[in-house]
Amino acid sequence: MSEFFTQAVLIAAVASGIRLAVPLLLASLGETYGQRSGVLNLGVDGIMLLGAFGGYYTVLKTDNVWLGLAMGIGVGVILGLVSAVISVTLKAEQGISGIGIYLFGLGMSDLLFQKLVGTPLPVGSFPKLDIPGLSDIPILGEMLFRHSIIVYVAFGLVPISMYIINRTTFGMNIRAVGENPEAADSLGVSVVRIRYLTVTIGGMMAGIAGAALAIDLGIFQQNLTNAQGFIAIALVYFGAWRPAGVMAGSLLYGFVNSVVLQFKTLGIIPRSWSDIAAMAPAIITILALVLVARRFRQPAALTKPFTRGT
Amino acid sequence: MLEMRGITKRFPGVLANHRVDFTVNAGEVHTLLGENGAGKSTLMKILYGLYQADEGEIFLSGERVEIHSPTDAIAHNIGMIHQHFMLVETLTVAENVALGLPSNRGLRTDLDAVSERIEELAGRYGLAIDPGAVVWQLAVGQRQRVEIIKALYRDAQLLILDEPTAVLTPQEVDQLFVTLRQMTDDGRGLIFISHKLHEVLALSDRITVLRQGTITGQVPVEGATRESLALMMVGRQVKLAPDKPPVEIGEVALEIRGLSVMGDRGDKAVRGLNLEVHAGEILGIAGVSGNGQREMAQAIAGLRQATAGSIRIGGVETTNHTPADVRKNGLAYVTEGRLRDGAIADFSVSENILLIDHTDKRYLKRGLLDFKAIKEHSLRLVDEYAVKTPTIDTPAKNLSGGNIQKMILAREMSGTPTVLVASQPTRGVDIGAAEYIHKRLVQQRAENTAIMMISEDLDEVFALSDRIAVIYEGQIIGIVDRQTATREQIGLMMAGVRPE
Ligand SMILES: Nc1ncnc2c1ncn2[C@@H]1O[C@H](COP(=O)(O)OP(=O)(O)OP(=O)(O)O)[C@@H](O)[C@H]1O
Ligand SMILES: [Mg+2]
Repeated sequence: MSEFFTQAVLIAAVASGIRLAVPLLLASLGETYGQRSGVLNLGVDGIMLLGAFGGYYTVLKTDNVWLGLAMGIGVGVILGLVSAVISVTLKAEQGISGIGIYLFGLGMSDLLFQKLVGTPLPVGSFPKLDIPGLSDIPILGEMLFRHSIIVYVAFGLVPISMYIINRTTFGMNIRAVGENPEAADSLGVSVVRIRYLTVTIGGMMAGIAGAALAIDLGIFQQNLTNAQGFIAIALVYFGAWRPAGVMAGSLLYGFVNSVVLQFKTLGIIPRSWSDIAAMAPAIITILALVLVARRFRQPAALTKPFTRGT
Repeated sequence: MLEMRGITKRFPGVLANHRVDFTVNAGEVHTLLGENGAGKSTLMKILYGLYQADEGEIFLSGERVEIHSPTDAIAHNIGMIHQHFMLVETLTVAENVALGLPSNRGLRTDLDAVSERIEELAGRYGLAIDPGAVVWQLAVGQRQRVEIIKALYRDAQLLILDEPTAVLTPQEVDQLFVTLRQMTDDGRGLIFISHKLHEVLALSDRITVLRQGTITGQVPVEGATRESLALMMVGRQVKLAPDKPPVEIGEVALEIRGLSVMGDRGDKAVRGLNLEVHAGEILGIAGVSGNGQREMAQAIAGLRQATAGSIRIGGVETTNHTPADVRKNGLAYVTEGRLRDGAIADFSVSENILLIDHTDKRYLKRGLLDFKAIKEHSLRLVDEYAVKTPTIDTPAKNLSGGNIQKMILAREMSGTPTVLVASQPTRGVDIGAAEYIHKRLVQQRAENTAIMMISEDLDEVFALSDRIAVIYEGQIIGIVDRQTATREQIGLMMAGVRPE
């Protein structure tokens, strides 16, 4: 056990925790928009998988991680729009329809991988960016300011999302539509337009999350996300539909995950336990957040399709 | 300024409006009067773009207009105060007002400018409100002010008020009327809907009566009386106060000792309340809403945790028992929140009526529901309580506001409970139905039920009660005999002045 508490190992654990939190953070931030407007999209994991494959394949072919990320955005936007058609226009049962998107993404990403790539070839990863000045701070600099660019982007989106949701007209409309769509509608706010936008943003962020995951690992394989999309949805609930809460949850998950990994590497956890240990991050994260964030109420119109009388 | 011509609107199985002609002049209050389900809200929703008429035309200042959505209505300076509040509870007052309007700061909200304008309007029309308050924290009367400010902010020249007074206290109604009068003085036209005839007489310039979707009469307010309006609406004489034969007062049937209950916001809504209701009496609970009435009633019904004290029904301790258990001990409860906790919106009328009786032997046959018996029972109640519905299989949410209330009453009052707690039993109900409900309450009393009637309508409290208890800040601050009680005395107690 004492091996763990050396400075080098601890720093590495924190830094890798932050890195591991990124895909979850991106996906759950996106899902926050949809849920605040009253739409639950259970298809996040499927969108992540297709975004991951799209991103990976693009980097494999072009050797350009930014094109890979752009592909993740494109795939996410398209699948986000599809989700919006299904849940907003067709008013499908939101507890079920997202599972369809998930299964589609799971199967499709694997099929494309088998047909187009076959054997897992590694690709290049995001460039690192050491923030000048800050990265030289002892300990803290190594933990926080020597990451790849996508990490800064993901965490930068947290205050931006807070601003959008709390301070802009768009954000106010999102909150109104998720809470009382009839009232918003009676003042001329288009419930359908707002929900299309938020669900598409959610899809886009899931696509980015998937691409970021694949490019960060430099690899793709079947079910690469390992249900992180579902954890992201849980994080939105337990982060109380607030970007800061969602970030806290993602970080917690990342840290627990990274500690488990370190323990395994150092041999603190016996090999025979590794399956159980693999589940630990999800379980601990969810338990912790259940205990912390129970006092917040969900958006009143969550999962309820809106219809004006005729 | 407004002319609606030949408006017809059909719903499955209902002709809600039939060739209705309706006009409003600038500076007048035109009242729309009619029984529950007559089609008043439907006509107004057509005007506001929430429903589309099947036939008919709308003219504004002589020009024909098409109103397909609330956005169109707002663009034509039409505002609407809905029968049920249309507020986003988690947003602030200013945010609720600003919704749907462009901001003069681009993408950012400009809530400080909105707040300033709200305070300006509030000052001018006597609508004191804090623009920064979150709506769920506001009392009902304040919420109503927010609704009015929303319309004024959009410079509504024609304002529809669909039962705006149903949930207000008499003092709040007086205040509201002052504001409304000020609005007509500005040259705005108002459409007013209410079931309370004295309000209609006090506020209106013209009154139009709608019956089963058709206009059956129109009169100026001069010369109209409560009796004449009732006659026009219902087509027969209506008794505005029931006959109450004397009955023998029995033993204590409901006994409350030192009851404390928490409110929704974690505050102490009921604080050590003591009360007894005897078999065969109607105890009226008067009080301004928000003084713990709701929490007390819910605690009696087992729907809210009592943190201290005891409740006994017919001598049996029922404190914090399950609702089903409390019912088994002889309690019936008519809630004030209709669609929220009195009925299930997507269930049919007959299912809603059966809700509490589903284990009753009369409706079971070899352990399964006996649909024939249920149907007969539902049909009988629907008929008795004049619940207007196309069929008993229609979902409750498609009923008009007053008819949902009648459906709940039919369910709760059909047995002979030991104790009946009726919260705002005639709120939003038309006078014909109110007459019937009052008659039923008096009948229940004759059958020795102990009745606790919670009402903000002092007319109702005085017409029905044997004793009147006043609730203030979670306590009973005084109980008076109906025979000796005066309105002034009750009014003072409602304001918190303890009797000598
Ligand atoms: N969306 C709907 N679908 C089907 N029927 C409806 C719908 N809305 C209203 N109705 C029916 O139309 C009729 C008129 O209803 P409306 O709400 O206009 O009555 P109202 O005069 O406002 O009554 P109240 O005084 O009870 O509010 C009722 O029979 C009602 O059941
Ligand atoms: Mg109505």
